[in-house]
Amino acid sequence: MLLITCPWCGPRPEIEFRHAGEAHIARPADPAAVSDAAWAAYLYERSNPRGEHAERWRHAHGCGRFFNARRHTLTDRISATTKPGETP
Amino acid sequence: MAQRFSFLTLAREALRGHAGWHPHWRSPERPQPAYDVVILGGGGHGLATAYYLAKEHKPGRIAVLEKGWIGGGNTGRNTTIIRSNYLFPESAALYDHAVQLWEGLSAELNYNVMFSPRGVLMLAHSEHDVQSFKRHVHANRLAGVDNEWLTPAECKEFCPPLDIGAHIRYPVLGGALQRRGGIARHDAVAWGYARAASALGVDIIENCEVTGIARDPRSGAVTGVETSKGHVGCGKLGVVAAGSTSLVMVMAGLRMPLESFPLQALVSEPVKPVFPCVAMSNTIHAYISQSDKGELVIGAGTDQYTSYSQAGNVQILEHTLEAICEIFPIFRRMRMLRAWGGIVDVTPDRSPIIGRTPVPGLYVNCGWGTGGFKATPGSGHVFAATIARGEPHPIAAPFSLDRFVTGRVIDEAAAAAVMH
Amino acid sequence: MRLPSGGRIDRGKPLRFTFDGRAYSGVAGDTLASALLANGVHLLGRSFKYHRPRGLLSAGAEEPNALVELDCGPGRREPNTRATMVPLVEGLTARSQNRFPSLRLDLAAAASLFGPLLPAGFYYKTFLGPGREAWHRRWEPLIRRMAGLGRAPEAPDPDRYAHRYAHCETLVIGAGRAGIAAALAAAEAGDRVILCDEQPELGGRRLLSAGEVPGLAALRANPRVTLLPRTTAFHYGLQNFVSLAEILDRPDGLRERLWQVRAVRVVLATGALERPLPFRDNDRPGVMLADAARAYAARWAVLPGRQAVLLAAHDSGYEAAFALQEAGARIAAILDLRAAPPLADTARARGIEVRAAHGIAATRGGVRVSGVLAAPLRPDGSPDAARATPISCDLVLMAGGWTPNLALFSQARGKLRWDAAADAFLPGEVAEALTCTGACATGRGPGHPVAAIAAGALTARHAFVDPQNDVTTRDIALAVQEGFRAIEHVKRYTTTGMATDQGKVGGMLGLATAAAASGRTVPETGHTTFRPPYTPVSFGTLAGRHRGPLFDPIRTPPSHEWAEARGAVFEPVGQWQRARAYPQAGEALREAVARECLAVRQQAGLLDASTLGKIEITGPDAAELLERCYVNAVHSLRPGRCRYALLLREDGFLFDDGVLARLAEDRFHLTTTTGGAAHVLHLLEDYAQTEFPELRAWLTSTTEHWGVAALQGPAAREMLAPLVRGCDLAALPHMAVTEAEVAGIPARLFRVSFTGEPGYEINVPSDRLPALWEALIDAGATPYGTDAMHVLRAEKGYVIVGQETDGTVTPLDLGLGWAIGKGKRDFIGKRSLARAEMQRPDRRQLVGLAPLDGRLPEEGAQLLATSGARVAEGHVTSAYASAALGKPIALGLLAGGRARHGETVQATRLDCPRQPLLVVPPVFWDPEGKRLHG
Repeated sequence: MLLITCPWCGPRPEIEFRHAGEAHIARPADPAAVSDAAWAAYLYERSNPRGEHAERWRHAHGCGRFFNARRHTLTDRISATTKPGETP
Repeated sequence: MAQRFSFLTLAREALRGHAGWHPHWRSPERPQPAYDVVILGGGGHGLATAYYLAKEHKPGRIAVLEKGWIGGGNTGRNTTIIRSNYLFPESAALYDHAVQLWEGLSAELNYNVMFSPRGVLMLAHSEHDVQSFKRHVHANRLAGVDNEWLTPAECKEFCPPLDIGAHIRYPVLGGALQRRGGIARHDAVAWGYARAASALGVDIIENCEVTGIARDPRSGAVTGVETSKGHVGCGKLGVVAAGSTSLVMVMAGLRMPLESFPLQALVSEPVKPVFPCVAMSNTIHAYISQSDKGELVIGAGTDQYTSYSQAGNVQILEHTLEAICEIFPIFRRMRMLRAWGGIVDVTPDRSPIIGRTPVPGLYVNCGWGTGGFKATPGSGHVFAATIARGEPHPIAAPFSLDRFVTGRVIDEAAAAAVMH
Repeated sequence: MRLPSGGRIDRGKPLRFTFDGRAYSGVAGDTLASALLANGVHLLGRSFKYHRPRGLLSAGAEEPNALVELDCGPGRREPNTRATMVPLVEGLTARSQNRFPSLRLDLAAAASLFGPLLPAGFYYKTFLGPGREAWHRRWEPLIRRMAGLGRAPEAPDPDRYAHRYAHCETLVIGAGRAGIAAALAAAEAGDRVILCDEQPELGGRRLLSAGEVPGLAALRANPRVTLLPRTTAFHYGLQNFVSLAEILDRPDGLRERLWQVRAVRVVLATGALERPLPFRDNDRPGVMLADAARAYAARWAVLPGRQAVLLAAHDSGYEAAFALQEAGARIAAILDLRAAPPLADTARARGIEVRAAHGIAATRGGVRVSGVLAAPLRPDGSPDAARATPISCDLVLMAGGWTPNLALFSQARGKLRWDAAADAFLPGEVAEALTCTGACATGRGPGHPVAAIAAGALTARHAFVDPQNDVTTRDIALAVQEGFRAIEHVKRYTTTGMATDQGKVGGMLGLATAAAASGRTVPETGHTTFRPPYTPVSFGTLAGRHRGPLFDPIRTPPSHEWAEARGAVFEPVGQWQRARAYPQAGEALREAVARECLAVRQQAGLLDASTLGKIEITGPDAAELLERCYVNAVHSLRPGRCRYALLLREDGFLFDDGVLARLAEDRFHLTTTTGGAAHVLHLLEDYAQTEFPELRAWLTSTTEHWGVAALQGPAAREMLAPLVRGCDLAALPHMAVTEAEVAGIPARLFRVSFTGEPGYEINVPSDRLPALWEALIDAGATPYGTDAMHVLRAEKGYVIVGQETDGTVTPLDLGLGWAIGKGKRDFIGKRSLARAEMQRPDRRQLVGLAPLDGRLPEEGAQLLATSGARVAEGHVTSAYASAALGKPIALGLLAGGRARHGETVQATRLDCPRQPLLVVPPVFWDPEGKRLHG
């Protein structure tokens, strides 16, 4: 069970959180203007790296907020968690 | 040509201390400089692909490159459930193609893969489950795939350890039974295909990790792969790398609609025969059968986050065993002997991707998620045809990569919330 | 044989027990193993494959042979229990396993005769015929009967299991000398310390000596130290999250407890495991690990034999031999694989014959060892049988050296490194805050190299490496010969290391054998993965109390007690228990549903709709947030009015529906489906927080806050009006909301309908709902359940997300395009709806289906253009007997269905070939909607 540091609440066990997928996948500002392929890329394509992964979590059973984390997908070590918009 | 396996050869070898057995497959230390087709990934799907290529299409020289030992990925880490009672006709066709091949596979490969059609019983715990499973039964029967509805009492008769009482949290309201479904010996599938492919001239190179994909600068077509054992040229490249697919495809500049999750399973200590079938309860996440050795083989769910660590979380095991003890309360005193994790690659619609890619000469077979083992022979068979012909086998055609652009997805998960 | 004195047992407390029906007696402090040995019972089990007779190999958790069935009454039968780990209690009933008809005379031992036919992996090469299903029909049942060890329990386990979570600065695993020292040091530094050990008595190998274990008293006296005997650390999770299984066996039925400990630091003091030695028939009862024999004498005052031969590869065996000699055994000889055993002279000084560079060519005996053939070693390390001499004995001690016990270290993703000097894998790098101390960190010093030991036994017959699974050195050599070179392949092909001891006994020897057979070194060969659990753990321990009602929380709506008291029938909907119907005395469910439906159509019915998800959205930008998320036009919704609202996924498929009510410019009350509540909130929060953080809008789940009474039917207004204060019901139009007082309770009063009748959904604080409910019943409303609700909504053509939809359905497919706000630039899923696939005219569309044969269609039935067609064009999503219409009705999704009204399609049935259905519009009841607005 991961120990995850919520940027607002501090370290809490993983079961309080909900994983929310890869971070920094921006929704196109004007979806109507992008091609089907670009839209599919937004919807579905993920970097899925073996190594450092920028991802989102939500402290679902706590403050309810989304935040960003950097986790190494081979060791599952989280090196940083940050509020949206912050850089570690 | 491989030695023929039979009781007679076994008896003959027994008389001379088994001195005459050869390696089951040739495992050259180094690859040839070039092949006509290179298959990346020596799991069941990759080895099956190589076997059917060599047997049915004969495209020339074929190699399977495996970064570790063959069958060491999800082939050797799953709960070996085999069934084809999927909802959508595209899926049912694909998985039933596999079941039909399973039925003759030991004879085909001259290797006992221990396919055991013990019946797969999927349990319904809510009216929603009942509706969904009955829809499956209707759809499957129409498609010629066996599937039947059982009352709770019939479920109990088919699977005696099952508790069908009203006191459990989600009482059993019935079940969908596919009698042709069952289990097989997972390692033997990899070894059997490897042996048969090797006998047809396929080079199986273990401990050979791919580090890059070489492409023609003008056409963009694949020309070979860079590996830990040097450059290997190829005319066509088939990637069958399961959880590692994203990592390989990015070498060809492709981002994939895949995420890789740890999936755990466990076995109990071995006991005498007690569980005659395969039972699956998707609502409460329990998947169980008994191996020939006597171990209860139990499937768990995926962890919630992507990972390549092959080590899952203990709370997943807890939840799985809660579910097993809830519907099979006689197993509460059984003991977990061994738990392990695999890395499964999951697509957005939970259906696999089989086919061409935007890169000429590059083919991919991935996204089998938590249920790839059952498809092994069918997957290899249609993928081999797809590579050989350069266009999708009719059964594989709906599972193209571009369905995510057109929106013609095959969403089995949404349709049935079935994971395995 | 029990010694007259010594040991850590209480001779004053005799305990009776039975084994295979025979009565024996032991004493307090015994294990089942030591008590059986004390009674002269050496044959304790049969092996997995060849059914060879087996006795005790060890005295601890690694025991592979002495597995018994414990029977503590109904539901308390327990297979495969290691006799070495069972503290003896009065009345204990144990049985041997895997034998027929008896342990001494096991007919299945005939398998040994066919041994040559059954080498590693034999089953892959045969059983291929005759016929296609030969394996499944003919051979597999035979194999299965032979395989397996004990019998599974037959009745549900009546015992209880508990879970506990703990935090500490230092968790020490293993309470031997090193572990106790580590715990003392940490406690002195002020840490909270947990010290656990799998044995009932803390002390580790210190228990081989008499007297109090040093340091334990100080630890016991320290309130910040928790001592956990009989507690096995079995799973090492990320960031020092360690799971421990504590065996309690409390008389009140609390059997085991799972501890989940998050520790700042973990100290592994897990010691080392003695290696067995490979030689012919090294599995006969009476052949034992040297240290185990020593333990039986020292801890339990039992002499496992009177006349012993030691086969030594390590000095530790001498200590064992000396201790046994002191306890009264005769040491017939010490055979040492080494050419110059350091302790040879010491032994000789004790009158013990020592033969250097000797091994055992074979053992003699039946179900107990009676002697060995001592043989000088050839240059290749193998015993030269031609020059062997017999030595009589009833005990053979194996001192094969020590393997640091690093299973947990490895689970913690620590890297093992081969240390040639220690002749063992030792702990290398690890990312966790974890240290190893004592023998698990260093081993116990080198002896004769394991590689040489393995090389000398490659051709021996019946030299068992994994005794439980009957894997021999020859099996491993055969696997290598057949091309299985990767150590994981060797393991899987031979099953070595896959027995219930998980390779604790033979793991190191197995990989050394594989290395020797393939001409590689041990580190080149590598090692297999150590998988959790460290030792087998009961399913019940992991499941804990989570059974029945505690398996998953049960949620009940506020009228649940009322419904229960009136004999309502319930159904689970997600975690909720909802009333399906309220049958009256003598009424069948079907009749009750029909009566409830008619009551709603003719008068008024009352449904507890509290399970609907509810979200309050507030803030100046609340409307803008909803406008960007839902398909509906939200800005144009006036305060006091409601809209049927649809939420899509970004891929364009319908995700959830509900009613969106605007309470004020900056305040909305949104309902969701019962099952979708948490998912909708998550999705809206996601967009609010991460896509549109500039919007000032806040979401609050109010599902539990509001109890909802849905009063539906032509008489609803008439019934409700006398109870209402502060609002003119007549002036409240369909799809409107107001604040009011109902039955004296402040309420949010909605005029909405999920039945097609005029109706109200009265939201009051949940704890007030029962009072409101009673008042409405008193006013004449008929309670109706979810079954009637389904029929009523289907008559009206209202869809249920999850029944008419399955994640592949768009609003347009359902004919709900009218709900989409005209001219909206964007909403979640809009872009996906523009894809060609979503625009196809042959998409499956919602239709009504009228059976032409008057029978109720089957839900899930496939729809075909003709009865002979093989390709489905849709399916039946809902089918009900409509009481109001007096005939069955159905809804379905049909390819291009909206253009096919009037066509007849064929539906599949499970009870007969086909059923003709007429395609009709999906609204069966009041298609003009006159009643709604009445």
